[in-house]
Formats: sequence, structure tokens, C-alpha cells
Amino acid sequence: MPREKFDREINAVSSELLILGGMVDKAIESSLIALKDMDNQLAEDIIYQDDFIDRKQIEIEERCNNLIATQQPMASDLRTLISIIHIAVELERMGDYAEGIAKIAIQMGKEGPLKPLIDIPAMSEISRDMLRKSLDALVNRDLIAARNVLKQDDQVDQLYQRVFQELLGLMTTDVDLIKRATYLLWVAHDLERVADRATNVSERVIYLITGKLES
Amino acid sequence: MENNIFHRNIKRRQNVGKLFYIILLLFSLIGLIGLSALLIQILRDGLPYLSTNIIFNYPSRHIDQAGLKSALFGTLWILSLTALISLPIGMGAAIYLEEFAKKNWITNFIEINIGNLAGVPSIVYGLLGLTIFVELLGLGRVVLAGALTMTLLILPIIILSTRESIKAVPNSYREAALALGATKWQMVKRVVLPIAFPGFLTGAILAMSRAIGESAPMIAISALVYITFIPSHAMDRFTVLPIQIFNWISRPQAEFAGLAAAGIIVLLTVLLLMNAVAVYFRNRYQVKSNE
Amino acid sequence: MRDNILNVKDLNVWYRDFQALKDVNIDVLSNKVTALIGPSGCGKSTMLRCINRMNDLIPDAKIEGEINFDGENINSNHLDPIYVRSKIGMVFQKPNPFPKSIFDNVAFGLRINGFKGSIEDEVEKSLKKAALWEDVKDRLKDGALELSGGQQQRLCIARTLAVNPQVMLMDEPASALDPIATLAIEELIRELSSEVSIVIVTHNMQQAARISHRTAFFMVDENRCGYMVEEGETNQIFTDPHDERTESYITGRFS
Repeated sequence: MPREKFDREINAVSSELLILGGMVDKAIESSLIALKDMDNQLAEDIIYQDDFIDRKQIEIEERCNNLIATQQPMASDLRTLISIIHIAVELERMGDYAEGIAKIAIQMGKEGPLKPLIDIPAMSEISRDMLRKSLDALVNRDLIAARNVLKQDDQVDQLYQRVFQELLGLMTTDVDLIKRATYLLWVAHDLERVADRATNVSERVIYLITGKLES
Repeated sequence: MENNIFHRNIKRRQNVGKLFYIILLLFSLIGLIGLSALLIQILRDGLPYLSTNIIFNYPSRHIDQAGLKSALFGTLWILSLTALISLPIGMGAAIYLEEFAKKNWITNFIEINIGNLAGVPSIVYGLLGLTIFVELLGLGRVVLAGALTMTLLILPIIILSTRESIKAVPNSYREAALALGATKWQMVKRVVLPIAFPGFLTGAILAMSRAIGESAPMIAISALVYITFIPSHAMDRFTVLPIQIFNWISRPQAEFAGLAAAGIIVLLTVLLLMNAVAVYFRNRYQVKSNE
Repeated sequence: MRDNILNVKDLNVWYRDFQALKDVNIDVLSNKVTALIGPSGCGKSTMLRCINRMNDLIPDAKIEGEINFDGENINSNHLDPIYVRSKIGMVFQKPNPFPKSIFDNVAFGLRINGFKGSIEDEVEKSLKKAALWEDVKDRLKDGALELSGGQQQRLCIARTLAVNPQVMLMDEPASALDPIATLAIEELIRELSSEVSIVIVTHNMQQAARISHRTAFFMVDENRCGYMVEEGETNQIFTDPHDERTESYITGRFS
């Protein structure tokens, strides 16, 4: 069977991408826990782990570059490798948002809690769900699943609007709350961006399957 | 839609092609026609005289008793002995020149001389054999002297044809053998010679066919027609078919001309049999090749 | 100290007055595929033929410099070229199996080198390594020339492997084959590198990129003399060559 080695290489780099996805998913989950529990140690850990995410992304990109340079990928092989490079960048950015939330968690620890978190964890759950589903769609080459992820983004946007209004209300009523409310606003914004990037991943998956770039 | 830049004229071009096809066919038929005419003439003249008598009788002045037994066996003796001597020497020389000799002025000189020798008239070889083998070495007018002379005559042919068949072995086989760690001799023995073998046989057939028909040198060496015994060893006196045929033809009686034609038929039969055997062996050893 | 099986030092080659190769220095790593690429006439085939002393067969060839193999300079006079060639095998551009049976082709090297073990076992082993065993196991007595081009080249590889060389030199081994057979041979070359170090010459730059671990780029100067421009990891050569000439060659902007 010709090109066995090349197929193996593509599969290997795809697995690396899934590992990266897992690392990012875990980082977002942990950042929310750190925020909720005011766990400084966990937050420091997330910040430290982000270096590994960055390095993994570079490794994936280099491997794809080498495969493109040396193996002359064509058609679906070419789309796969280019999509993997794009998705890795998206994942790496999501990791940065997790790192950002972890940094906020540390700041919040100094201030004390504002109120029980309800909508923000919900945003995180949905965003992470989008991330996992888009990667599943990649593995299974599942066009429908990928398109469904795009719809989920609306839910996150709605939640973000709600959190925004709520926090804005708190800030106008009590000046002392402005600092903490702003931190949470950042968190909500970061999570909204995570969902956007998960959408981008899905778009790349759709491109990989159909060969067409959709927006 | 015709494109005016080209004056294609396909019809005329094809006719020219056909014309040349016919001309070339005619040329090749001329050779064939000449040969068939000759054969028919000989068969017509000779067949009535062809009988077991002429094969099993010795020469005689009486037409009904005349035969060519001694000449036939003399020819067979000469051919076998010549083959025995000339083939190993010729092939050995060819293998040396083609595979082992360094390209320098000595090998060049040898090559040019072999080429030239192939063009020397056969009577010269006859006189050379007479001088060296018969007289200088004192062998006398015997089978061995005849075979040695014949060897000189056909050696250039054998060497040239053997070299051609060795040259025809693709170099890639030599490289493959050497790259596997073969010595030069291993390469020659295991790769080159087996592939060249059918070519050797073709060369041998050519050379022996030449030998069977040569009369001039044999006349110089043997000079005898009336021999009423079969040579029993290499140092016996002998005669050969061409001499017998020549002798019959030069007789005044018309019947001897018929005998001569019958003799030619015998000669051709021996030649054909010899070729058939060689062709059989060649086909048997011919290695299948898609190149 | 890198794990190199061949070390070429200041190699210069002349054919009579014409210098074909100038000052080549290169290390060939063990159990890797090293590709020699470059335009026609850049001396890459000459380089290859120096390594197993096939250049000895060309009258007027003069070779200077060292090619160290197994602690010895193969160009030195006390090393017999016959020995060198049995340790450093070669596969040629055009498949050239002998017009013998499949079995006899593989057994050839064993027989001439006085192999003492079971020839049958060794032939089977070599054919398996060359991924040809399944195709031919029921017709080992058939003529080798009845095989397809790709199979013939595999047979030539098996024939070379049977002698158990430490290095296998390949001179454009796939250039006479169709694209599918080419990819199959490429796959095989990559697999074989785990047991034998391979140096391959190829006109096909993409092929070098696909199969080699390391790549050496050769060029030819205004006197038609070949020289090596750079050598390195294949990934590096094809994504980030250090020399501008390599860059323009592999990007197709070579003039």
C-alpha cells in the first residue's frame, strides 16, 4: 500500500492536535474551578501549563510544515494539514484565554468573591462543549456535527449579554464592586471568545470536509 | 475549415511510401529467386543420380560405381577436428579481447589484424597451411594439417562473431554482477557467457558453414581425389566433398555433371543437418528476454 | 560524535583532464536514508559510484580524497574493491535482474561470495525484506524477466540485500517505474533504512523530500565540475535551506 508512512504521519499529527485540544479543554475547566474556589495554586498551575500548550502548537505546526514541504500533499491531504495548522492556532489562543482567567482568579483571590457564579460557569460549559464537539466532528469528519457547533455560539452570546447587563447593574449601584465586576466581565468576555474560536475550529472542519470556506 | 498553411497532400505521400515498399520487396525477392533457381537446377540434375551408391561407394572411373564415401567422411573429419581446435581458441581470444584486454595499441593492433585476416583469400591460407603444417612441421598431407589450416581460415570469423555476441550482452548485467562483489571471471562465467551462448552458436554455425564449402585450401593441402578409404585417425590422408565435386564437374562425360549435382545435394544436406543441430541447441539455451 | 557509517573527506574525481567532482565532504549516517539531489551533471552519480568503487571500472578515472567506511579508507590500495562492493551494495536506475530464475537472481550474490548457510532460507529472507516474497513464493523457478518493472526492481533490491551489505547505494531506482510502483519502492526504501544505511541519487526532488532523512544538494560550476552546496536534515533543507542556491533550486527558481 503506497504512502503508508505518509498516512501514519498525518494520523500522528492529528492525534497530537487532539491532545492539544484536551490540554486546552482541561485548562479552561481548571480556570473556572480556580476562579470559583479562589484556588491560587491551581491558577498558578494553569499559567505554568500554558507554556506546554504553546509548545505543542509550535510542534504541530512544524510537523505540518515539514509534511507539506516534503510529502507534496494534495486535495484532502492538503486540506487536512492546512486545517490542522489553523485549528492548532485557534486552540492555542483558547489556552491563552484560560491563562487569562487564571490570572484574574488570582486577582479575585485578593478581593474576595462578588456573588455566586451561575451564568459564567454555564458559558464555560457550553464553550467547552463546542470545543469538544468540533474536535469530534474533525475526528469523525462529521459535517452535521460541525454545523451544529455554529448554532451553539448564539447561546453563549446571549449568556454573555445577560452577564454583561447584570454586572453593569451591580457597578452602577455600588462603586466598591466595580473592580471585581470588571474582573468577571473579563472572564465572561474571554469565555465568549473561546466560543468564537470553537466556531472557527468548526468552520475549519467544514472546510476540511467540503473543501469550501464558509463564514 | 482547411488550414492553408499546410499543403498536406496525404494521398501522394502515401503513394510514394507504397512505391518504395514494392521496390524493396522486389530487391529482397531477387536474392530468393536466384537461390531457388539454383536449387531447382541442382535438384533436377542431381536427384536422378542420388542413391545410396554414391554415399557408400568410393570414387571410381565408372559412373555407376562412383561415390563420395571418402570425401563425405573426410569432410566430417575435417569439420569435427576444426571445430574442436578453432572454437575454444576463437572464443577464448574473443572473451579475452572483449572482457579482459586493456585498451592499448597492442590490442588495437591485434583487433585490426583479426579484421584483416577475415578478408584474406582462402587459397592464401591453403598455401600457408601447405608451407607451415605440411612441410615445415612435416605433418604431411593429412587430416590434422587440413583441420589446422581450416582453423586459421575460420578463426577470424569465430572471434569476430563471438565478440559481437559478447558485446550484445547489456552492460547493466556486468555492473549488477560486479556490484554484488563478483570478480571479473565470476562475472564472465556466470553472467556474460550464459547470455552470450546463443550468439556463440550462431557464430559457430556461420564459421563451420564457411569451412564445409571451402575447397581451395583443401586442394592445396590434400591434392588427392582418389582415396578409397576413410581416414581412421588425424594423421591419415583425406579428401573432402568440394574437391570431389570439383573433380566430377571437370570430367568431360555429361553423367559426371549429374553426379556432381548429387554431390552438391549431399553437401547441402550435411550443412543443413549441422545448422539444424546448432539451431536446436541455440533455442534450447536461449534465455527468455524481454529486452 | 555522530553515528556515521561513511565519512567522505575532500573527495575529488577526474575523468582524464576533466574534473567531475570537487572537494566533497559529507557524513552518511547509519540507518538513515541520505538523498543526493541536484541538476544533471552535478556529479551525484559519480559520487555514488565512488562509494563502492564502481568508478574503478572507468579507465582514466582518478579519485583523490578519503571515503572512510568501517574505520578504513575504501580508496586505499590494500582494500580490495571486490570486498568493498560486497559490503556496499548498489541498485541501478533500470531494473537489471539477470535473465535467470527469480531464485538464482537472489542466490547469485550468496554463491559468488561463498555463502555457507542455507541459500534457500537466505533467499526467502531477502525476498521478504524486499516485500516481494508474497508475489513470487510460488514461482521462484520462473524467469526474473517475466516480473513487472516494479517487481524487477524489488528483486534487484532483494538480490543486493542477500549479500548483507551495510550500505545500499541506489542510483535513481524508481526513474524507470510507473507512479504507483515508484511510491511502493519509496515506501520500501524508507522501511529498509532500519537495517541498512541508504544513499540514494535522484533527479526527483520531491522523491528525495518524501523518503530521505538527510539531503545533500549538489551543483555544477561553470567548468561543469560538480560540488556539494549543503547537506542537512531533509526537513530543514526543504523548509529552511541555509544556502541561497539550495533555496532557488528547491523552489524551482534555479537558473
